[in-house]
Amino acid sequence: MIEHLVPRVLAKLLIPFILLFGLYVQFHGDFGPGGGFQAGVIFAAGIILYALIYGLDQARGVISPGLVSVLVALGLLIYAGVGVATLLLGGEFLNYGVLDSHDPVHGQHLGILIIEFGVGMTVAAVMITIFYQFAGRLKITRELESDDDDEDEQADDHADGPVADARGPR
Amino acid sequence: MSTATQAGFSLLASLPALQVVVPMVAAPICTFLRFRNGPWAFALLVSAAVFWISVMLLQQVLTHGVISYEMGGWAPPIGIEYRIDEINAFVLMIVSGISLVSLPYALRSVEREVPRDKHHLFYAGWLLCLCGLLGITITGDAFNIFVFLEISSLATYMLMASGRDPRALTAAFQYLVLGTLGATFILIGVGLLYIMTGTLNIADMADRLGPVSDTTSVRAAAAFLIAGIALKFALFPAHFWLPNGYAYSPSAVAVFLSATATKVSIYVLLRFEFTVFGEVAAFQDLHFARLLLPFAVLAFLIGSMVAIFQTDLKRLLAWSSVAQIGYIVVGIGLGSSDGLTGGIVHIFNHALTKAALFMAAGAMFLRIGSTRIDNLAGVGKIMPWTTLAFVLAGLSLIGVPTTAGFVSKWYLVLAALQHGNAGYFLAALILFSSILAVIYVWRVVEVAYFREPAGDATVREAPLSMLVPLWLLTLACFYFGLETQYSVDIARVAAESLLGIAR
Repeated sequence: MIEHLVPRVLAKLLIPFILLFGLYVQFHGDFGPGGGFQAGVIFAAGIILYALIYGLDQARGVISPGLVSVLVALGLLIYAGVGVATLLLGGEFLNYGVLDSHDPVHGQHLGILIIEFGVGMTVAAVMITIFYQFAGRLKITRELESDDDDEDEQADDHADGPVADARGPR
Repeated sequence: MSTATQAGFSLLASLPALQVVVPMVAAPICTFLRFRNGPWAFALLVSAAVFWISVMLLQQVLTHGVISYEMGGWAPPIGIEYRIDEINAFVLMIVSGISLVSLPYALRSVEREVPRDKHHLFYAGWLLCLCGLLGITITGDAFNIFVFLEISSLATYMLMASGRDPRALTAAFQYLVLGTLGATFILIGVGLLYIMTGTLNIADMADRLGPVSDTTSVRAAAAFLIAGIALKFALFPAHFWLPNGYAYSPSAVAVFLSATATKVSIYVLLRFEFTVFGEVAAFQDLHFARLLLPFAVLAFLIGSMVAIFQTDLKRLLAWSSVAQIGYIVVGIGLGSSDGLTGGIVHIFNHALTKAALFMAAGAMFLRIGSTRIDNLAGVGKIMPWTTLAFVLAGLSLIGVPTTAGFVSKWYLVLAALQHGNAGYFLAALILFSSILAVIYVWRVVEVAYFREPAGDATVREAPLSMLVPLWLLTLACFYFGLETQYSVDIARVAAESLLGIAR
């Protein structure tokens, strides 16, 4: 896809910073503005940008749909797991204070950090899943269309992904 | 559930949290179980645990009074409070009990109606829906109700659309649009109340509503809440999502939802109507559930009439649900102790009855592959046990004496008769609607018993895993028609505690 040189180079430059900023919003959330929801969306935006530029197949190679569906459940499990841990330690559900037996404030910090990590993981994974589903849908429709016309098959081999393919070479 | 007692951990004290947390934790775990029947067995196990918790909670409430649980250790009204009194303990038990009974049934039905590679997601969705419904019921926080409402609704949309019937997609989408509208109205209502009272805790809200009750904002809040909740439980003019939603979703989902989802929304109505607005003088004159009475009457009249003309058994049952919801709302709208008892006990009785009927319909679908009434000719001969259960549960739907349906209608008619001439008229309408129920149940009986089977010799009786839950519920319809100690007495205590606040 040499035709899309500018977006490819720019994306390569931007994506690491987007992901890093996502992590910053995630883990700085208890000191400044931020938190799991925002961080998850920012992180997922980085992945989605990658998929838009380099194609869905490439993105699926980096983060496979199977992994994403595991992450969706795992994030929720981390969230609820912290709650169950606080229950077992004798506190109320999600009473982070009991997580540290010496210093409740430290326990609060720890608790919210882990909880928000779980939230961020689920939000990012759900965003990516939604994108994969919608983008994959376009691919299915195109495959159905190309079944009617055999000449299209070769063109499909060049296509990196549905979106790039939809635009066509300039 | 025999978790080792660690330092400070008390299972009994944690029950209110566990009621919601257990299905919530179980749902993501369920998505990892990809082996055959694994998700189903796991969901069944979780459902049994959840039912046990709800029984323990009801017992505690009946012996020790209201339970209050502070989420995260934040004291109410700042934190989220889980507050369990008689009425929501009762509803919790209905919801978790129905889930427990319908899961054994679901095994074969889901195998047939849901693609194999989606089973883990289906049962995860089931558990999430259960978690949401229990959460709505158990929480004492108005915003938390909205959050759990969204959890249960999103899971419901997924469950409805999970079958192979492509019509389920449009039905689920229709419910998604209307359900979102309803949830938004509820959110606006809660938001307005929050602005006016500065609190989201329901008990605290009721205390603080007095001085500001005579304002447009609070009246608007009441209107939004009523409209939103009515959409969720499909009261007559807002019922359009229900017939398609129940008819085209997988049978097991129809069983579960018809017996729980609308009932939980009616509980939310009770909560706002009596606990929040009940105390406010300005609303006592208005008594705004009474405004719902005309719609409730139209609901059971039109619902029953439309049910008569349905060609599909599941749609017939769904329309009859619209009618039965009408009865429940009549009880609430009358507002007297008898009426409320009748309404609450009908929540329970109708859950039993309609779950049994949908189970029978689903069993017929499993064997015959259709629920069109014409295709059910002679089903009484080829599936005698299923059909007999259908007829018996149908008697309960009509309200024949010795059935559960009779008990609730008895209280509704008693309550109606206390209201003078208008009450006599209302009682007459209730009886008239029961006759309509006779007609639509008879239509099925006639086709099932008095027509020759279509000649397909391969059709057999439903499997035992379906018959046992079906008969359990059918016999329960009769048990609770004769022995009213558990259903009516608890409903009366619940009604009086609701009215006690209102007084």
